[in-house]
Amino acid sequence: MRPSRLFKSSFFRLTLLYTAVFVVSIGVAFALIYRTTVGAINSETNSGMEAELRSLEDDYARLGLDSLVEILNTRSMDPVDPDAVYLLADAQLKPLAGNILEWPLEGASEGKWLRFRVQSIQGGVDTTHRIRALVVPLGGDGFLLVGRDIHDSIRVEHVVTRALAWALVLAIGLGLPGGVWMSRRVLRRVERIAETSREINEGALSRRMPVGESGDEFDRLSQSLNVMLDRIEQLMTGMRLVTDSVAHDLRGPLTRLKSRIELTLRNPADVEADRSALVAVLAEADRVLALFNALIAVAQAESGASRGSMEPLLLRPIVEDAVELYEPLAEEKGLALVSILGEDGSIRGHRQLLSQLVVNLLDNAVKYVPRGGQIRVGIRGDERQVVLEVADSGPGVPAAERGRALERFGRIGSSETPGYGLGLSLVAAVARLHDAALDLTDSGLTGPGQRPSESGTSGLKVTLSFPRGATAAGLAAASRKSGG
Amino acid sequence: MRILVIEDDEQTASYLRKGLKEGGHAVDWSKDGRDGLYMATSEHYDLLIVDRMLPGIDGLSIVKVLRSDGIKTPILILSALGQVDDRVKGLTAGADDYLPKPYAFAELTARVDALLRRGPMPSTETSLRVSDLALDLLGRTATRAGKAIDLKPREFRLLEYLMRHAGQVVTRTMLLEGVWDYHFDPQTNVIDVHISRLRQKIDKGFATPLLHTVRGAGYTLRATE
Repeated sequence: MRPSRLFKSSFFRLTLLYTAVFVVSIGVAFALIYRTTVGAINSETNSGMEAELRSLEDDYARLGLDSLVEILNTRSMDPVDPDAVYLLADAQLKPLAGNILEWPLEGASEGKWLRFRVQSIQGGVDTTHRIRALVVPLGGDGFLLVGRDIHDSIRVEHVVTRALAWALVLAIGLGLPGGVWMSRRVLRRVERIAETSREINEGALSRRMPVGESGDEFDRLSQSLNVMLDRIEQLMTGMRLVTDSVAHDLRGPLTRLKSRIELTLRNPADVEADRSALVAVLAEADRVLALFNALIAVAQAESGASRGSMEPLLLRPIVEDAVELYEPLAEEKGLALVSILGEDGSIRGHRQLLSQLVVNLLDNAVKYVPRGGQIRVGIRGDERQVVLEVADSGPGVPAAERGRALERFGRIGSSETPGYGLGLSLVAAVARLHDAALDLTDSGLTGPGQRPSESGTSGLKVTLSFPRGATAAGLAAASRKSGG
Repeated sequence: MRILVIEDDEQTASYLRKGLKEGGHAVDWSKDGRDGLYMATSEHYDLLIVDRMLPGIDGLSIVKVLRSDGIKTPILILSALGQVDDRVKGLTAGADDYLPKPYAFAELTARVDALLRRGPMPSTETSLRVSDLALDLLGRTATRAGKAIDLKPREFRLLEYLMRHAGQVVTRTMLLEGVWDYHFDPQTNVIDVHISRLRQKIDKGFATPLLHTVRGAGYTLRATE
């Protein structure tokens, strides 16, 4: 890894962040330790000095300057505290009494904590003492300085600081590998997800994100990515199927169209023959367009793009309209079209697509049921669903072919009648759009003199169960609309 | 009648212009949405035929601008976007009719004629009459030569639609849209049976038939051949 990339990487930043947080919190803890140890020693010394200074001030006020000189001389000879330092000076800061020889500072500097150094020679050894002291003015007579040699507290300070410094070094030494370990752990999972998506990009479309057992944020991320990937794969498969099927289904009619034109052009020009060829070509083109439109309608319903135009509505008036549209045609073919429309309920639906669904079912039935047969349309509903049934006494669909019948272009047998497969696949697509369950079963209905077909099926029953999602308000709106 | 065609595809446009001129109309053409909108606002036309996807301004916006300017010229939208939701969008934008591409020319001329003659017909009238066939829109009754004809509600609406477009060619798709409110074409020509039933009721037993089939296009209701 190049340095510039290292600094930009999440690994580096995460490690740094972790270490920084670790070190800062330890630093804060150490500051607290420092204050409580060193600070406590200092404040003890300070209050001792203050008390002594105050009592000397009292002595001066009661007994006068000469007595104070005497007291200080005594104390300097035999101090209560071996570290004590005293100095009494006149107004010109000339020393009068005490155990240091001259005023250690420029000016009196009274009323605040002072720090200075003094030299002493004891037994031939030259020593530097660090003194902390406080000064008070004594009326016009001069100034009194009381201090302490603070070598002890400085030593404690040194010991504590060194201990803390070592501890800090140790903390960084522990925090850095900790940070590395933690960011590795987090980033390895991110890296695994990234690696999987790379593999998917490179064509392994069925690969999925690793999902652990903990159900943590990473697992949930992986899970939702997997759901997305499933959906994409499903759509892509669907798309490929459409493209293949469109190519397959349009190639036939387009080839016929082309060869008819070629044939006509090869023959000698003849107005009558040319015209009839043109009529045939036009009919063929219309078939291509009808197929194309049906395909688009299926694709549109399947894509779910029409969800926006869904509204609460009643199925019954839609079915009634469609039945009414097909009644004359059924009658002409000698079919009994019976509708038993029971309790209805409001569902959420796309009015036009539902109409098209019912029309397609009736269209198929009218087309395939032999003369003298019957078609039964029924609606029944309860609180949970509205069920639409269209049953006929036609040839039916063998159980093995039912799944295929609902697929796009799944055309049963080698039927010459165009559009059968697309009719049912549109029904399937619209059903999916409405979250409705779709079932193909035997209807058990037979026409006059008709026996169950060789495959053992008799008639076809298409059952659609629409979930009742709509509220009472939706139902009221739907009945108003259908009433108007 | 003067018709403005706003269509960017030259081949489609020339085909349209040729066909409409043969129908006796004066046709202007604009291949750009902006120019087309300018022409539509600055000159008087009896009908606008507008493509939806256009360079400059798209067809729906043209319709919206014209309608918000108070221009009531009938508009027919032609579009490759032919799904139900697209049609509804076009009609709610203010268009009078919507024809998805590809279309049969007979379908287009039938709709153009319907739009051109729609103008003066008030929708508040209470009765319609073609020759000796009369429709009472309030009482929902039909009579021919004074003889009552028994019609089912849907047959009444079918006849009403045909009478409102008397003398014009009415296509199957127009009937499905106008009478059944179906914006899709069933695979079977289910309309034909309804027409033949209606014909049984209004023409049977009368010397001159009123309801005629126009080959390759649709139907027309008129007094004479």
